[in-house]
Amino acid sequence: MSMPYYVSPEQVIADKAEFASKGIKRGRSVIVQSCSDGILFVADNPSRALHKVGEIYDRIGFAAVGKYNEFESLRVAGVRLADMRGYSYDRADVTVRTIANAYAQTLGSIFIDAAKPYEVEIAVAEVGFDVDHDQLYRISFDGSVHDQAGFICMGGDSESMSASISEQFRIDHSVSEALKIAIRVLRGDAPHDDLEMAFLDRSRPRRTFVRFDQSHIADLVK
Amino acid sequence: MNSQSSFAEYLASIKSGIAQPVFGSHGGSEIDAPHGTTIVAVRYNKGVIMAGDRRATTGNIIAQRDMQKVYPTDEFSVVGIAGTAGLAIELVKLFQVELEHYEKIEGTSLSLDGKANRLSSLLRGNLGMAMQGLAVMPLLAGFDSARSVGRIFSYDVTGGRYEEHDFYAVGSGAHFARGSLKKLSSIIQEQDDAITVAIEALYDAADDDSATGGPDVNRGIYPLVYSVDKSGVVEMDAPRIEALSRKMLQRRSVNPNGGTSTAGISGDRS
Repeated sequence: MSMPYYVSPEQVIADKAEFASKGIKRGRSVIVQSCSDGILFVADNPSRALHKVGEIYDRIGFAAVGKYNEFESLRVAGVRLADMRGYSYDRADVTVRTIANAYAQTLGSIFIDAAKPYEVEIAVAEVGFDVDHDQLYRISFDGSVHDQAGFICMGGDSESMSASISEQFRIDHSVSEALKIAIRVLRGDAPHDDLEMAFLDRSRPRRTFVRFDQSHIADLVK
Repeated sequence: MNSQSSFAEYLASIKSGIAQPVFGSHGGSEIDAPHGTTIVAVRYNKGVIMAGDRRATTGNIIAQRDMQKVYPTDEFSVVGIAGTAGLAIELVKLFQVELEHYEKIEGTSLSLDGKANRLSSLLRGNLGMAMQGLAVMPLLAGFDSARSVGRIFSYDVTGGRYEEHDFYAVGSGAHFARGSLKKLSSIIQEQDDAITVAIEALYDAADDDSATGGPDVNRGIYPLVYSVDKSGVVEMDAPRIEALSRKMLQRRSVNPNGGTSTAGISGDRS
């Protein structure tokens, strides 16, 4: 029987991390931003059918960057978990923390156990009844969770985008101001008709998630 | 159907103790559980309305006076329930999650026929209970966006699904309500006509069926009415239903049996 080559655990993890973050850095970006009217999701996504942003539950939204098939299966799992909890307990008992924890567990064990880690980074956000109670979580490919205040940038070039958003970001911005910032950071002055946008509308009862179509976006950025 | 988009199939597959609905057969004698009574649905020119009385009964006892028996199940459909209340409410809850789950997973909502079929298979799961006397009788009404019309679907306990034409009623007072609807439905055009006719039909059901509750002026309890049209499901506000109910009661104080000729129903159009 031949002996397998010994590779140190440090090396394995470093290799997996490098592999996953490379895949994510190649991807297009997503911005999640809290504002006075709710939480805005803007994704650089030329496809109108394959979404990067989705609804999880009444007040919870999802956004992802990386490999579509991988984050789509995570999104479906999130919807299932949320619907299951809401059905078993009550709609009020579905919280973003539960969802974020489940994602962290799943991504963490995939990172360690699977031959290939998921090349994804995801954000889940819950819109509160006021802006101080908004919750935004970013979950990395290795299962690490970051509870972020105000906004999240993910995907290629996320550091420089984060820097330029933090210069302009204010928690009391309206949705149209927040949208203008996101467009400026992602596109500059170039046309923005290939951005996917959705919103958790603080004022809506029950299901707060709405997708913005191009005509609505044009109204908001006027 | 892609099983990934069905919540009910997912639920059945994981067999979690806390979440299992009781659908399925069990032994033992018949249970005396509360029953919901009469639900009516009526089409009008722009959509469909559904109304239900508010009474639940356990044998000869009134179990509840202000029960909700009509539920919005998504943006474009409502379900009214008659029969064993506990199971019916559970069925509606599962149906609501089923529709929302599909919508979130697939990114688009089911067609109205698709919704009607899903309700059919959920109902079929209750056949064992129905054979022990715990039947659930739902009535589905919705707006078909593809055809731009309101539609009504009735069901039998085996999950059989039947599309109705202009009106339908289910529950213990349904025979009387249907008789009333049959005579009045020809005058329906606008939404107000449909609501008035539905309220008249529920009154006729309550008049002859002891399990159906009439308008309770003293407690301010009136039928619960939802409309579905191209802009979605709307619950009719209570003052409007109260006003229409009081007018109907006035007409009935002159002519206890009701009727179109003396009713002046079209005079209620606002």
